[in-house]
Amino acid sequence: MIVAEPKPVKEILEMVQDSKKILIIGCKGCVTVCNVGGAKEVGVLASTIKIARKKLGIPIEVDEFLLERQCDPEYVDEVKEVIGQYDSVISIACGVGPQFLSERYPLARVLPGVNTQFMGGAVEHGIWAERCAGCGKCAIHLFGGICPIARCSKSLLNGPCGGSDHGKCEISKEVDCVWDMIVRKMMEQDRLGELLAFKPPKSWITARDGGPRKMIREELVK
Amino acid sequence: MSNSKPRIVAFCCANCASSAANVAQGMKKVLPENVKVIQVPCTGRIEILHLLKPFEEGADGVYVAGCQSDSCQYMEGISKASKRVAHVKKVLQEIDMEPERIEIFELSASRGGRFVDVAYEMTERLEALGPIL
Amino acid sequence: MSEYKAGSNLEKVLKAGHFAFTGECGPPTGANVEHLKEKAGHLKGCVDAVNVTDNQTAVVRMSSWAASIILLQEGLEPNFQMVCRDRNRLAMQSDILGVYSHGIRNMLCLSGDHQKFGNHPEAKNVFDIDSMQLIYTAKTMRDEGKFLNGQDVDVPPRLFIGAASNPFAEPFEFRVHRLAKKIAAGADFVQTQCIYNMDKFRRFMKMAVDMGLHEKCYILAGVTPMKSVGMARYMGKSVPGMDVPEPLINRLKGAGKGKVAEEGIKFALEQIEEFREMEGVAGVHLMAIEWEHKVPEIAERAGMLPRPVV
Repeated sequence: MIVAEPKPVKEILEMVQDSKKILIIGCKGCVTVCNVGGAKEVGVLASTIKIARKKLGIPIEVDEFLLERQCDPEYVDEVKEVIGQYDSVISIACGVGPQFLSERYPLARVLPGVNTQFMGGAVEHGIWAERCAGCGKCAIHLFGGICPIARCSKSLLNGPCGGSDHGKCEISKEVDCVWDMIVRKMMEQDRLGELLAFKPPKSWITARDGGPRKMIREELVK
Repeated sequence: MSNSKPRIVAFCCANCASSAANVAQGMKKVLPENVKVIQVPCTGRIEILHLLKPFEEGADGVYVAGCQSDSCQYMEGISKASKRVAHVKKVLQEIDMEPERIEIFELSASRGGRFVDVAYEMTERLEALGPIL
Repeated sequence: MSEYKAGSNLEKVLKAGHFAFTGECGPPTGANVEHLKEKAGHLKGCVDAVNVTDNQTAVVRMSSWAASIILLQEGLEPNFQMVCRDRNRLAMQSDILGVYSHGIRNMLCLSGDHQKFGNHPEAKNVFDIDSMQLIYTAKTMRDEGKFLNGQDVDVPPRLFIGAASNPFAEPFEFRVHRLAKKIAAGADFVQTQCIYNMDKFRRFMKMAVDMGLHEKCYILAGVTPMKSVGMARYMGKSVPGMDVPEPLINRLKGAGKGKVAEEGIKFALEQIEEFREMEGVAGVHLMAIEWEHKVPEIAERAGMLPRPVV
């Protein structure tokens, strides 16, 4: 899933400082799962903004809305009757949400309420970690089912580097050295030979480096 | 020129906190009038939004009173509440409000005196902080 | 047809069977050419080649290719270094052609420290290709006369290709295999991370010799003399992949005030002595960073002078 973190409230307050009436739109998708953009979070953000503005003596009207997802036109359509009433609209969906809203409602002032970070999953309750960098050509089978592009700080394909330190990456003790994991796993599975095969330079054309991407299912296009 | 007392909302659990409240009654100790008590089945059920709403509606301070961590009726209720109170303290700081306006107190069921004392403690604290503005 | 891959001084010395001795010189954090020439001057005549680092520890310095050219002009032979952190494959192949055209004949291919360590932690991470793939690139350009995309290079750059080896990183059992992989990719010589744990290094070399790696590639042992107990502790704790045994730290402490640096040099000299006799070790790479003025003395005491002329 896509993992995001809330924007600092100060940043959001600055964005709406000239607004008198705003709408906060949440999303029942990924951001609900990582507890930054669902129903609860919409409520908390609305309350926080109201309290902050009350303290400043510049009250603000804040309405709340929740969409199934903000990455599909039919759901984004659901706010069409109401969106025109607001000075600003804060979307706390991932980066896709506010953009879809902006495209669909060109006259609305759409603001992002979260900082979208990565594709990952829950490793512990309350902790999500990056797993996929969306390189467009998955080859994790060559590395024991583990991705060095996303999880190695240097995206090495022929790792580890000399900075691998007791299973931790040189950049921080909080970061596991994924190559240490890969090597140990392959050694355990007696597949070291596969790692010794030279991995040639990667084509980054399928990644974001090659330009903004589209995925088309021909059989579905009308 | 109003010298009115700070408005405080107190979330009290139905177990230890309420037992303490009964003991207090027996001791003829009374909560100050500026404190409004909301009873909850367990402090673990209090959501972040519940803790923020009183501020939205004009409260000067909020506190949570529940069981002690090693004797919480529902095991983890008070520790969950603790984390949420800590989170709201951070939120208050982010919007330039004093984090001391919200607090959590762990009471044992028999401590009637303490039950009333924390209400006075919060009142004094909030008087010192002044109104929110 | 030349008998040499590149014909650099380092290659000639190694090929003739001499025990090689290389040094290191970091470019300045500015355009201070005089300081660079002064530092490099200490090494002249004492070493076969000088490593010129590339934005080491991700701190911006004069580029390795520029500093290498200056060293060449001063009569020294540079080991031009390129890391994978800052350049993509276009810039890398382009720079390889560039340095060759200026007379540089040695190239060290390294991953590079992550930019989080350095003074521009907000920079974009390049790592288009890794060090293994860079070795392969340099070799392909030299021996096949082709770029990575298969097109011809009109005049192939002939560089003596080097790599780094860290015998001490984990998992230990894998390190010698990684060295084998680098050699298969095209490394002509390797310089190891600086060694303090002699026991572990002996074990590593035994494995390397058993695999016949020393016959396919020249292995140079890294030596950095300890200047102080503080330095020993710092390196052991804070430098990734570094192994500093406690007995060495105690030995340095025991030397007494004011005598630690000399003890550090003594240890380094003992190491060099052992490396000369160690099977599979073709030379020593001395990293006396910001201590370049000590290199002539160390070279003399280690019996490394005069350097062979081939």
